Amino acid sequence: MEWEVVIGLEIHAQLATRSKIFSGAATRYGAAPNTQASVIDLGYPGTLPVLNEAAVRMAVKFGLAVQAHIAPRSVFARKNYFYPDLPKGYQISQFELPVVGRGHLDIDLENGERKRIGITRAHLEEDAGKSLHEDFHGLSGIDLNRAGTPLLEIVSEPDLRSAKEAVAYMKKLHALVRYLEICDGNMQEGSFRCDANVSVRRHGAERLGTRCEIKNLNSFRFVERAINHEVERQIELIESGGAVVQETRLYDSVKDQTRSMRSKEEANDYRYFPDPDLLPLVIEPAFVDAVRATLPELPDARRARFVADYGLPDYDAGVLTSTRELADYTEAVVALAPADAKLAANWVMGELAARLNEGNLDITQSRVSAAQLAGLLVRISDETISGKIAKQVFDVLWSEGGDTDAIIDRLGLRQITDTGALEAIIDQIIADNPAQRDQYRAGKDKLFGFFVGQAMKATGGKANPAQLNDLLRRKLDG
Amino acid sequence: MHSLSVAEMAEALAQGQCTSEELTEAFLERIAQFDGALNSLVTVEPERALAQAREADARRRRSAAGPLTGVPMIHKDIFLTAGQRTTCGSRMLGDFVPPFDATIVARCAAAGLVTLGKANMDEFAMGSSNETSHFGPVRNPWDPARVPGGSSGGSAAAVAARLAPLATGSDTGGSIRQPAALCGITGLKPTYGRVSRYGMIAFASSLDQAGVFGRDAQDCALLLEAMAGFDPRDSTSVDRPVPHYAGSLNHPLSGLRIGIPAEFFGAGLDPAVGEAVEAALEVFETLGATLHPVHLPNLGLSVPTYYTLAPAEASSNLSRFDGVRYGHRCEHPANLEDLYKRSRGEGFGAEVKRRIMIGTYVLSAGYYDAYYLKAQRCRRLITEDFRRVFETVDVLAGPTAPEVAFRLGEKTDDPVKMYLSDINTIAVNLAGLPGLSLPAGFVENLPVGLQLIGPHFEEGRLLNMAHQYQRETDWHRRHPTAFA
Repeated sequence: MEWEVVIGLEIHAQLATRSKIFSGAATRYGAAPNTQASVIDLGYPGTLPVLNEAAVRMAVKFGLAVQAHIAPRSVFARKNYFYPDLPKGYQISQFELPVVGRGHLDIDLENGERKRIGITRAHLEEDAGKSLHEDFHGLSGIDLNRAGTPLLEIVSEPDLRSAKEAVAYMKKLHALVRYLEICDGNMQEGSFRCDANVSVRRHGAERLGTRCEIKNLNSFRFVERAINHEVERQIELIESGGAVVQETRLYDSVKDQTRSMRSKEEANDYRYFPDPDLLPLVIEPAFVDAVRATLPELPDARRARFVADYGLPDYDAGVLTSTRELADYTEAVVALAPADAKLAANWVMGELAARLNEGNLDITQSRVSAAQLAGLLVRISDETISGKIAKQVFDVLWSEGGDTDAIIDRLGLRQITDTGALEAIIDQIIADNPAQRDQYRAGKDKLFGFFVGQAMKATGGKANPAQLNDLLRRKLDG
Repeated sequence: MHSLSVAEMAEALAQGQCTSEELTEAFLERIAQFDGALNSLVTVEPERALAQAREADARRRRSAAGPLTGVPMIHKDIFLTAGQRTTCGSRMLGDFVPPFDATIVARCAAAGLVTLGKANMDEFAMGSSNETSHFGPVRNPWDPARVPGGSSGGSAAAVAARLAPLATGSDTGGSIRQPAALCGITGLKPTYGRVSRYGMIAFASSLDQAGVFGRDAQDCALLLEAMAGFDPRDSTSVDRPVPHYAGSLNHPLSGLRIGIPAEFFGAGLDPAVGEAVEAALEVFETLGATLHPVHLPNLGLSVPTYYTLAPAEASSNLSRFDGVRYGHRCEHPANLEDLYKRSRGEGFGAEVKRRIMIGTYVLSAGYYDAYYLKAQRCRRLITEDFRRVFETVDVLAGPTAPEVAFRLGEKTDDPVKMYLSDINTIAVNLAGLPGLSLPAGFVENLPVGLQLIGPHFEEGRLLNMAHQYQRETDWHRRHPTAFA
């Protein structure tokens, strides 16, 4: 490929604090407009911000999880611009001195390699309100419930080289903030959203190309599509003799294209300066240590443990630890059915995942609990049922609920392991099919499968497959 | 009754010689009689004041009165008063009724003080003469052709004319001390962080500080004690106990080292004002204090530093007045930009616009380093000057303003000349120090103010000094004859 793509992401994670970053108002989503806006959120004259310590704790937690430098002193700054949903006429953010400095996150590439993505910084800031343009007969409505909601803006280095890498990074970060319980990750509600800086350059070129920023990408799919479109647009532009203009673009998910929002010339001069209403944020080492003590096991560590303790392939461990909930589920299954962790992994990633996908459900919405699945796996391991029968039992568990053993008994699915009974069935089948028997014995090995099929049919699939094979071989060969 | 000091008034109330209702009525009558000539108040609601007075009387009958319960006062119209119009001297907030009290308003109410009304002021506290108010200029009770100073001109004029015994003010570059000097009363700007800024409409947040006006140091001490202290709603307020200021006024001054910065006695000083100040300093010598010439070498940077930083902060602080949620909104806006431009264009006066433009300019890309950052460095130099000088002296003294009250209109055409009125007071705000102005003589029947500056949180020392001086002198007891 002639062109190299360069991408950096700015991700806004809404922090899961109960109250806002600078006021005591609640942050609950979906309340009636302007019912969660205090005089501080409304930007009343005379009001002053007071920093929410919980937001700081969450930012530090994130910083520690990406091995970042935690600034002992960081500064809140005002970003000045006029907009109706920005009540004070400025957003309180961090500019020159962010709370979280340089860190990194490792992502898995499709070719199986790992790649380290640099995190430039992460800073605390307040969200703006929302402008509502429908239902107001040519006017705009302003809902300030979201104004003052704490955000952590996580800025990556321009280390990403494709839309796929960008999505992998974003997914990894998404899992991480949920592991850390600092963000609910709900992308529909805007709790986790992304701006992408995209440029292209010819392979081997030293200088970065002119970049465009694509705003407000609120799903993994949109990120991938928007970046791919933007890359195509830029390449076409350059190849047809034009030049990329630095600008902010909006992705239109309906038309599946990006369009210009404002050029560099039209960009606001934000006139950042330190907010005189807030003292510098000083973080003592003891505070950092206390936060460190609350860190959960992080995705990469958990993945390594799944490999080491469960003997899972790295790929499986990666999939199963991709979200905290999925890893918790898997761990619960293995704890109750410890005989064969790989079997558990296969079921979670196979049958269960397929069902969840079908219903567009996540693991917390699974209709089969970890205990139910474990009960099923135990019966596979002890050869009460075969894997094939187990799928039948799983169907029942999924659609009707209940308990594996009860289902096995009710439907009479117990595997036939009685050698005498199986032998009688096999003898009968061989006696009923003399032609096939003779052909087999004359060297037509493929007919072995015919006998297995007949025996399974006769037992309703309940014959223990290994035992059946063994007996059949002896009877036919002997 | 209006001539009593606050301590005397409190005593009369405690002894049952008068009720708060009677006291409040007396002052309301004086306001009705005299304020037409002064224009010191923009809002007076007699019924509201009397209701508070009756509540104070009831509290006294329940034996739940504090030392200031029932004493009337005035709040500068920069402090939010729940349910009572708060204009900040601006058309922008001409009909703004806040839903909550400023912390200091709530604390005064909790102490049982009665609010007579809201004092006129320069628009958004931007001015040194009270001529930028949307509600018209305030006049100086000593000579109605002259200004009372600003921006807390209404508060100072009202106390000087005995329309109220006490008033609050705010001081960003001298807005308490300069009008106190020009009106012949006592005014104190506390240390930055000593008094909550919550509910005080912001001008320049890193410099703004609420303070007090009274006729003498003791009155100021009583009010400051009621107002001061940590407020969890203001991150810049300092969590530190409030001393019993009124109880520490009688320490002898023997051995006290008073630094006299040469820079306060430079070319711009009216020689007659200088003489009055020198005479006042001699009084301190007779009280046992010693005078020491000192230098504040970077003091000359304070006016340009201030007029860079204060507008920068103001340009941002005043962005919230956009016509969207409260305050003035233009008629029939055609679109969003029109709404912003006309609402702000109509709502703000010329001086406010000038400062918003200066502030926007100094924060702009390409100018930030040359102006804003450089001014911050100058601010540190000035602060360091004070720190160094307080290693060798206990307090600094000099003229509060370089001249006595000037005539209305005299400086309105020349902003720089107007800005130089604050040349002696501005550095104190830049360094966050406490400063007090007290009456120290007259020049042609116009008051002269002496400024005392202390180290951080040494308000008590300044009040103690002022009180000792006022025991020896009677400048603070004189009052303008037209308002007898």
